Amino acid sequence: MTNAYDIAHFLAGMMLVCSFTLLYQDRIFAVLNTFAAQAMMLSLAVAWQGYVQSSPDLFITAAMAFGLKGIVIPVALNRMIIRLGIHRDVDQVVNAGVAMFLGLGLTSLALLLVLKVTPGAASFTREGLALALAIILLGFLMMIIRRNAVTQIVGFMSLENGLILAATGARGMPLVVEVSVAFSVLIALFVFAVFVFRIRERFDSVDIEALERVRGGAR
Amino acid sequence: MPAPIQSFLAQGAQMFLVLAIAPAVTGITRRVKARLTRRRGAPILQGYRDLLKLVRKDVVLAENASWFFRSAPYLIFAFTWVAAALVPTLASGLMFNWAADVVALVALIGAARALLALAAMDAGTAFAGIGSSREMMIASLAEPATLLVALTIAFAAGTTRLPEVAQYLINQPIELRVSFALAFVALVIVALAENARIPVDNPATHLELTMVHEAMVLEYSGRHLAMIEAAGYLKLVLYISLIICLFLPFGMAPIDGGPEAWSVGLAAYLAKVSIAAVALGVWEVSIAKMRVFRVSEFLGAAFVFSFLAILLAFLSREVLR
Repeated sequence: MTNAYDIAHFLAGMMLVCSFTLLYQDRIFAVLNTFAAQAMMLSLAVAWQGYVQSSPDLFITAAMAFGLKGIVIPVALNRMIIRLGIHRDVDQVVNAGVAMFLGLGLTSLALLLVLKVTPGAASFTREGLALALAIILLGFLMMIIRRNAVTQIVGFMSLENGLILAATGARGMPLVVEVSVAFSVLIALFVFAVFVFRIRERFDSVDIEALERVRGGAR
Repeated sequence: MPAPIQSFLAQGAQMFLVLAIAPAVTGITRRVKARLTRRRGAPILQGYRDLLKLVRKDVVLAENASWFFRSAPYLIFAFTWVAAALVPTLASGLMFNWAADVVALVALIGAARALLALAAMDAGTAFAGIGSSREMMIASLAEPATLLVALTIAFAAGTTRLPEVAQYLINQPIELRVSFALAFVALVIVALAENARIPVDNPATHLELTMVHEAMVLEYSGRHLAMIEAAGYLKLVLYISLIICLFLPFGMAPIDGGPEAWSVGLAAYLAKVSIAAVALGVWEVSIAKMRVFRVSEFLGAAFVFSFLAILLAFLSREVLR
């Protein structure tokens, strides 16, 4: 079964690479494309798990990941960006080098933590959990370091990719939960979209810096 | 044939092989670049002619150049040649097996680079100083990535000695290894930066504000320049051989291989080097040079990739244990 493991490892590793690319990519359409690529990798990983564990409901999860996160959400964000008129913006990452080092540190932390906590579990589970935790932490990091609201949304969505990867590795997330999570993410997208347009209306910008004044946290 | 003689022959053959093919490899890359931009281009053997011409010419020395400036080219050439001769190319049973260590290679290349940077500053021109400082910046980013790649390989093969790594990889079944793929990308990025190739430096320009390698060798002429040029050719072959040895060693003659195995190894090696040279040419015409200040991001990507490679290798070993 090493071959089965190798492919799962490859797909999850590629998702992690996508997470790092999301972290430092500063062109907004490239961010969306990378996010779509990560979702495609996720759907392939889930489908491979479904094939290995021979559980057909994972194929439905894979199809949902492919359709919703690989196509619908990137296209929706794409149209949002064009309507906001920020498709030429370069979202300056605050100090990309430091962000990369933080990301590497978080990834190491996630791997060491999961390997320490789950000594008895099956290899697929440990592997999936470790990489999924790393992807989740990188999603958090992306939400923290980005200043543009749209790229923060992408950070949130990539965090959710990590959650699904964790769930499929651990075998046993019921399909109902899966479907409801997927739809709550869609609803979150709508809420985000409304908020982003409101922010733009009020501040003429989707740069989060503009909110600092409201909070009173002037620098 | 007794084993010591065989390994001696293999080492000697390979030492002169890398020297013999080095100008031609750069020639192939230049030719491909020229053809792809619809120019005729110099013949592939132009590198040899250039070297001959330079050796015959007189040396013009700066007035305040010291002995160091004059001796550095020979040392640089020697360091690079030793490093290139240590990488197993056509056979893995080499005489200096014990010295062909990735860490030693990095040290040899680093020594050659330090000499070049110092010699560049010796003549006291402003351009050379800029070149040296940029070269050192690139090196400080590229060397950690190279060492991490070496560690990733050592993690899998259990050794950093190149011949043993190559043997180990030849005997493994073909597997999908994401850590090796990442390490490969990282090493390719490092090789591009180290050889002053696009997108880090443009090897075709001679007077430009953004040049790095050419800025350092601007003061050299005659046989000194020939040595430096030859070291540059050798360095390209060295990195191509290193990548081949670490990631595509198939076809290489085993330790106890006879003449047939050697000829197969030679043919495979030459084919792989030519493909790499053509690929380098295609790559160079397809992209533009980066600003100097973006180079750190480019090489930072190499560092991140090699770090991820080692993390993933660690993860899969821990999980499968």
